[in-house]
Amino acid sequence: MDALKKELKENIIEQLNLEEFTVEDIDNDDALFGDGLGLDSIDALELIVMLDKDYGIKLTDPEKSKEIFQSINVLAEYVATHRVK
Amino acid sequence: MSKPVYIQEASLVTPLGFSIAANILALENEKSGIEEQHGTDILDTPFYAAMIVSKKIDAAFEKLGDPSKYMKLEKMLLLSVAETLEKSNLQLSEKTALIIATTKGSIDVLDPDISFPEERAYLPVLGKKIQSFFGFKQEPIVVSNACVSGILAVAVAKRLIQNNIHENAVVVAGDLVSKFTVTGFNTFQALSDGPCKPYSKFRNGISIGEAAASVVVSSEKKKNTFVQVIGDGSCNDANHISGPSRTGEGLLKSVQSAMREAEVSTNDIDLISAHGTATIYNDEMEAIAFNRAQLQDVPLHSLKGYYGHTLGAAGLLEAIIGFEAMNQNKLFTSLGYDESGTSKPLNIIQKTEKKTVNTFLKTASGFGGSNAAVLFKKVSCEH
Amino acid sequence: MVGATPLYSLKKFHVSTKLNIQAWCSVKNGTVSCNGKKIVSTDNEQTFSEFAKQIYKEQQWEYPKFYKMDRLSKLTFMTAEILLNEVTISSEEKEQLAVVFSNKSASLDTDRNYQNSINSIENFYPSPAVFVYTLPNIGMGEVCIRHKIQGENAFFVFDDFNPLFLKQYAESLAQNNKATQVLCGWTEIDEKGYKSFLYLASPNGTLPHTEETITKLYTQS
Repeated sequence: MDALKKELKENIIEQLNLEEFTVEDIDNDDALFGDGLGLDSIDALELIVMLDKDYGIKLTDPEKSKEIFQSINVLAEYVATHRVK
Repeated sequence: MSKPVYIQEASLVTPLGFSIAANILALENEKSGIEEQHGTDILDTPFYAAMIVSKKIDAAFEKLGDPSKYMKLEKMLLLSVAETLEKSNLQLSEKTALIIATTKGSIDVLDPDISFPEERAYLPVLGKKIQSFFGFKQEPIVVSNACVSGILAVAVAKRLIQNNIHENAVVVAGDLVSKFTVTGFNTFQALSDGPCKPYSKFRNGISIGEAAASVVVSSEKKKNTFVQVIGDGSCNDANHISGPSRTGEGLLKSVQSAMREAEVSTNDIDLISAHGTATIYNDEMEAIAFNRAQLQDVPLHSLKGYYGHTLGAAGLLEAIIGFEAMNQNKLFTSLGYDESGTSKPLNIIQKTEKKTVNTFLKTASGFGGSNAAVLFKKVSCEH
Repeated sequence: MVGATPLYSLKKFHVSTKLNIQAWCSVKNGTVSCNGKKIVSTDNEQTFSEFAKQIYKEQQWEYPKFYKMDRLSKLTFMTAEILLNEVTISSEEKEQLAVVFSNKSASLDTDRNYQNSINSIENFYPSPAVFVYTLPNIGMGEVCIRHKIQGENAFFVFDDFNPLFLKQYAESLAQNNKATQVLCGWTEIDEKGYKSFLYLASPNGTLPHTEETITKLYTQS
């Protein structure tokens, strides 16, 4: 699980061009949106594409994605259970 | 007092027909051009869009030239300009501007399966095609300002004419339904799962459409001229590059700028042809902006339920329908609307009916925080 | 219409709507110049993205959204940022600040990127963050967001830099009371290279806002 969390952080940093962040800067409980990483609506859509590309997870319900993108902990939990690749 | 600027002639090339009369007939019958599209090479799943059958364009284009030599959008724009020029009998002089509004031009040429040279994707190349086809004397002015392009181009024409830079202008707007735009809006999860439903509680996204539209904007009032352009504004939200402003700031400022210039009050406006893309956030933003402008009681429609969102063409296409609304004193129903789905009330037109339309407001909003508003007034004509 | 009370009273603008050039800035081939002075000159071997990152760091903009922008928006943003830091524009003046940009290739630089992501069936993952930049006016929007500019906006496309049009359109905005100052220019990036040139036309300027002067400044840059 820790490896997955690290991988998710790396992917998020790369995919969303968070140049000024390192894996160490992101706590597992940090809010990804709002005050935390300061992500916005385009980032949310980009994360949806990332989940599809890297883990074969297809999200079509915006409400569902809001829940999953709360924090690295929540996201990793969801990916671990739903990934198909 | 600035010099008056008028709209002389107009023409349309849309899925609902290649003449204004055919388009108005379809609107009166509440016929939509949006259909479920299967088996296209655009998306591997069916989607809803308003598309023009290529064969119909080619058949109509025969009178102008060899259809195999031009791309689809080029043919649509040329057909529209040819009709507008024919109707208006405009003499193209050094003082005639050619203004082209488009978001993506012939973007389909980037598709590896299309055999035309890639340079056709450059908007100045598209512009030169139209310029040389008809012999315009001035280099074309291309307006590419997201989904406000079509209506902004009318404002640009008016400003250039008022300042004596040009005497008249042919303004032509067009965009395609392409794999590029459909997949893009799909990644935004912004495509509706049925024909779009502007301002409805049940709306869930846009339907894309394709169209070309053109007008002659001129300082000259001819015998049959009945539309004057009386005010305009195009202000930025300065909020987000894709998300509509929560306060409707840029749209409000655009509308206020147009009203201030035209010296009209809210009571004077008889019809608003709004943007109404049918995304949750766009329609909500407009409802907020129109309420802040105290325009919530003015009859309002979105024509996206008939044409889909025709991107850079939308503003001009929908303005032309508005001119017919003035001409015939008729309010066209806002197709796809049922129950109110915005937090602030709007007076959505729910039945096509006769009503005097003397002053009409056209608005649009788009990516990059762009907004535009243009006010038109009916003037007496001798027809 | 006659006799109607305007809801929005006519705002009083500056009496003088005469525009002059107050400041200008250009970015090309690893060089940034402002008001005729070279302020950064780098190794021309750098890619544009490396160069943009270096400028961002040197100038200490602290605006991480910069990294998310496409190349055209970065170019537009950089040039505007340096220019607008040279002048003082009050928030009241910003209400009447228009932005009029132009180029040749619109957003084709990013359009090609996006197209590549939809060409392959096996690797079909189009990116919303790329798609949103496939319009030339997005960079203009980024500048407006950064500086809270809610004035008139328009993006034009021409075959080549068109100083006469910029002058005429900027003046038409001033004469129609749509703006008192106009941020104008050219911001172009394509496979062959990049060049941007922006200037501020304002009643506070000193250089004449003429086709000749604009051409001269553009060519010297």
